[in-house]
Amino acid sequence: MSRKKYPLLTISSEIELPYNYSLGRYGGRLVTELKHNSRIVGIKCPECGHVYVPPRRVCGKCFIEMDEFVEISNSGILQSFTVVYFSFLDPETGKKRPVPYGYGRIKLDGANSEFLCFLEESDFEKLKIGVRVEAVYNENRVGSFKDIKYFKKVEDGDPS
Amino acid sequence: MGQRVAIVGTGQTHHRSSRKDVNGVELIQEATSRALEDAGLRREDIDAVIIGNMDHFEGINYVDMWSIDGNGGLHKPVMKVTTGGTTGTTVAIAGYYHIASGLFDTVLAIGWEKNSESDTTAAIITCADPYWERPTFGGAVAGLAGTACEYMHRYGITERDAALIAVRDRKNALKNPYAHLRKEITVEDVLKSPMLAYPIKLLDICPRTDGACAVVFASEDKAKKIADKPAWVHQVSSRHNYTFLTDIERSGRMPTLYEACMEVYKNAGIRDPLHELDVVEMYTPSSFAGLVWIDALGVCDEGEAVRLVSNGVTEMDGELPINPSGGVISTNCIGATGLIRVAEAAMQVSGKAGEHQIEGAKLALATGFGGCSWSDVLLIGSSKPN
Repeated sequence: MSRKKYPLLTISSEIELPYNYSLGRYGGRLVTELKHNSRIVGIKCPECGHVYVPPRRVCGKCFIEMDEFVEISNSGILQSFTVVYFSFLDPETGKKRPVPYGYGRIKLDGANSEFLCFLEESDFEKLKIGVRVEAVYNENRVGSFKDIKYFKKVEDGDPS
Repeated sequence: MGQRVAIVGTGQTHHRSSRKDVNGVELIQEATSRALEDAGLRREDIDAVIIGNMDHFEGINYVDMWSIDGNGGLHKPVMKVTTGGTTGTTVAIAGYYHIASGLFDTVLAIGWEKNSESDTTAAIITCADPYWERPTFGGAVAGLAGTACEYMHRYGITERDAALIAVRDRKNALKNPYAHLRKEITVEDVLKSPMLAYPIKLLDICPRTDGACAVVFASEDKAKKIADKPAWVHQVSSRHNYTFLTDIERSGRMPTLYEACMEVYKNAGIRDPLHELDVVEMYTPSSFAGLVWIDALGVCDEGEAVRLVSNGVTEMDGELPINPSGGVISTNCIGATGLIRVAEAAMQVSGKAGEHQIEGAKLALATGFGGCSWSDVLLIGSSKPN
């Protein structure tokens, strides 16, 4: 065999795999409330009293089934945030996710767990942990988590 | 408690951003053959193989079977385990379990990744809940950025404080011939590097690496025959804490790492980890985490990590060196990353770490971190555990 150098090659492959995930009765109830009533609901554990958003069937800590839905406020306190500047492929769409965008963890009034959501603000210098934020809904709601457009800062809020 | 278990051989590839000269199977084979060579064993001497990598990264589901030519498992029991970022430490713990059970005498644990072959962030996003979290979640960089933001707020640390970790680890990597990023950087370099997701900049975060690592575990009888200086597994611990990313309890120190460390110390009789441990190979996915999680090792009061790092306590010549290998900020072939921590801990207590050897290291801690705030901890020692 000759000692000729061969190129190092790669091949490209794209996989398009559609999935249909079940939201179940609990997740489905939240989405329906978002669509029809612009309202967030959570679920309360009968054992430890922890209120979870989004609602789910089992409290992992107590390993017990939950069935007490409770209404949660559309307003809460920003617990942490980031503003994303680097671009990456969004597995949801197969396209690059638009940047910059801000998102954060919000502790809604009436809930113990936090909720991950987009923020209106995408300038990190204008964001601060502890500020009050509130949900802004899309006018045309389709029955999706994304019916909440984003959370925006409440002017004259009460940083804690 | 089970049988005593020792590490009798380790092998790593020379980690790089892209290894187009090999496919995944060939990459795995490089690490496995080096681990076998280090142990002085042949493939035939191995009873079982554990292999792990990240789901969706290479788009190959049955890695255990697909890689059989390279993983040494032909006609042997082979098992794939994958637990996200902790995959590498989990394959090590699975190797330990296999031998501790008394059912196997020699087990090869392998972690690997070819990060160059896909979009790492897209693949990581698939770890999050498909409905509630994927639309917002920006992968490991953004997830760690949110946590970093919270640490700055809670502990009053600055971007400059965090940069010290990246500077330390990248300096240590200069002494490790296997490390991926081997160029010294300064605090100013870190602060000036491009913002990826506030407050994490390019030089605050681990790279994407192509690489593999393999570790040979052996039972007590075998270990004595195979190795002059076996590295004994003293304790292992795992903690998981997750339903949704937003469910994670955030009070106090990084809870899963702290609890896993406390369990390990208690069972090993360690009361003063700062002085009793000789070296730590810590899974530090970002500079901010690498700083604040020192608290979770229980070596200082909460919020005191900055003081330890600024005073040089975690440098190569400090009281408790952290990441003499250069750590995750210098090398991150994700499925292998946790296993490299274990391999490096074993190399340290066996006196095989070469230029980045900590003189006289007898007791080493290796940690693993997964994207959903999971932690694995292994305690490795030069003396046989009780």
